[in-house]
Amino acid sequence: MSYLVLDRLTKRFTSWTAVDDLSLTVEKGELISLLGPSGCGKTTTLQMIAGFLDPNAGRITLDGQDLLAKKPNERGLGIVFQSYALFPHMTAAENVAFGLEMRGTSRVDRDRMVANTLKLVGLDSYGDRYPRRMSGGQQQRVALARALVIKPHLLLLDEPLSNLDAKMREEMQIELRRIQRSVGTTMILVTHDQSEAMALSDRVVVMNKGRIQQVATPQEAYDRPANAFVANFLGRTNLLPGTVEHDQNGTSIAVADARWPVIQAVPPGPGALAVRPEKISFVAEAGLSGIVQARVFQGTQWLFEVETAAGRMMVIRQHDGGVLPNERERVMVGWRPEDMAVMPAQEAA
Amino acid sequence: MTMAASTDAATPAVPTVAPAPERVGERWSWAPYLLSLPGLALFAVLLLVPLAMTALLSLNSFSFYGGIQDVWRFDNYLEILADSYFHEVFLRTFRIAALVTLLCALLGAPQAYILRRMTPAWRSLCLLIVLGPLLISVVSRTLGWALLLGSTGLLNQALMNLGLVSEPIEFMYTETGVVIALTHVLVPFMVLSVWASLQRLDPQVENAALSLGAGPSTVLRRIVLPQIVPGILSGSIIVFALAASAFATPAIIGGRRLKVAATLAYDEFLNTLNWPLGATVAILLLLANIVIIVGCNRLVERRYKQVFE
Ligand SMILES: Nc1ncnc2c1ncn2[C@@H]1O[C@H](COP(=O)(O)OP(=O)(O)OP(=O)(O)O)[C@@H](O)[C@H]1O
Ligand SMILES: [Mg+2]
Repeated sequence: MSYLVLDRLTKRFTSWTAVDDLSLTVEKGELISLLGPSGCGKTTTLQMIAGFLDPNAGRITLDGQDLLAKKPNERGLGIVFQSYALFPHMTAAENVAFGLEMRGTSRVDRDRMVANTLKLVGLDSYGDRYPRRMSGGQQQRVALARALVIKPHLLLLDEPLSNLDAKMREEMQIELRRIQRSVGTTMILVTHDQSEAMALSDRVVVMNKGRIQQVATPQEAYDRPANAFVANFLGRTNLLPGTVEHDQNGTSIAVADARWPVIQAVPPGPGALAVRPEKISFVAEAGLSGIVQARVFQGTQWLFEVETAAGRMMVIRQHDGGVLPNERERVMVGWRPEDMAVMPAQEAA
Repeated sequence: MTMAASTDAATPAVPTVAPAPERVGERWSWAPYLLSLPGLALFAVLLLVPLAMTALLSLNSFSFYGGIQDVWRFDNYLEILADSYFHEVFLRTFRIAALVTLLCALLGAPQAYILRRMTPAWRSLCLLIVLGPLLISVVSRTLGWALLLGSTGLLNQALMNLGLVSEPIEFMYTETGVVIALTHVLVPFMVLSVWASLQRLDPQVENAALSLGAGPSTVLRRIVLPQIVPGILSGSIIVFALAASAFATPAIIGGRRLKVAATLAYDEFLNTLNWPLGATVAILLLLANIVIIVGCNRLVERRYKQVFE
């Protein structure tokens, strides 16, 4: 049995369905990221796990116990709120100490733990400041410290690093990863920063309009997106229409004048393939022919735009001294079968 | 060295360029004062002049045969400060005002909090019920209370029929009756004021406290209450000031026997015709009100200084 199980969760606000039939299992000690465009239901999902919103349907179990039967103050989770939600009438140190106080930690231990945690987030000299007197990034770190200090088994992080500068964000990412590794804290992280999700997560959950689009390791989701939404959401991609055929040699997909063998299991009929710009190379034969419309030098790489019979494609080649085509040149582009993701046509809409 | 040299080089250019725009900015501008003149004039005519005239009147003296004498003395003040009858009236006034303020805070603050937790439909209905009394004249509301509180009134009949008391309880012409009626009249001000400060509360802050393991009552005491102190304080100031200077309710429920400062001043003006003494009562009431309110305000603001920023 998995540590945290979300089973067919649905949350409706009057007529709007914010989370739609969402099922997800999270293993103990895992760091899983929720990714998706604004308003896709990430915060709503976390709020249901935390107990601040009641789902209209579905079940949540944590460590085999029904979580929905427990009140929010009995769930023992650590939460970093998107809006920080600091106590405005308490100093930074009092904010951090509040959870320990509720747990009956002795004064001496409390002071020591608060000091350590504030130091961890780089705020050791800000203990007696009120939130109103702190910058957005400092407030966010107090919120992080407040959730970390109680050493919860499950940590819900709603864009916990969104307001930090690049250096501080990197430090906090490493810190989160260290805590997850050493203490074994299970974490659910909501982030808008794809590279952050890619760098930190064991698995990513890509959501759109309240529904899960794909759950996979970061690399898998990037290399083999389940559908066009995931392909477009995670970095840039080329999406080409084609026809999937099954014959005695196996499955293949025909795109304009070219054909690639397909490794994945896809039903025959109209389909589409997604391939990343940096996975495409210029080939001499067995490729898709087209004309270079534009080429742009980007320092370490060249960006090409190639007009083919299947549509306009983006190609990225490293600037490594190799011979590259010029504008208006007739070329042929190709890629390895394992570098593309093939999906039925309805998934590509 | 280079820094110094460059500043030196730049200095001569400054006086020729910089002061010109500065003088434009510093020029005395009459427009804001002229524009606020009508408002200031209204304020002066309607408030400052009558107040000053009352203050001057309180320095005159009064004789039963000669009427108001044009003298400038503090005799009236000395008389009030020396006479235990006046002490009693003023003490009663502020005792009633303090009790009413306390009751309004105890009733109004929870009321506002409960209102906020309601669903929008119920909330607007209940808000209408709470604020509705403000639409009815104080006099008719107080007369209603007189009907309820009288010795043969509804309340006493109910209590006697239930067998809770054998004799009717005297509410009319007692402080209890005045306090009950005034609380009813003034509690909407407290609700409105606390309501305004509750609107600024982030509901996620309460959730944060819950998630850290605080029970609902702890959240209320440690998180919600400190944040609505400014609302309770401003509500208390309004209620206290209105209760201490209330006239209609003490006049009807308290009657002749139970005088407060406002009814006392009224009687001095219209029954005894001792205008200077009446004016003195009014001025003393004003001064005491200001001292008490400013004092309490300071105390509470110091105690909860971080929520007042
Ligand atoms: N209390 C509410 N009443 C009505 N609709 C709501 C409420 N809360 C959220 N929604 C709607 O539910 C949807 C999901 O909201 P949610 O806050 O979960 O988005 P999100 O994925 O966290 O977005 P963001 O990345 O911008 O934080 C949104 O379309 C939002 O408008
Ligand atoms: Mg959100």
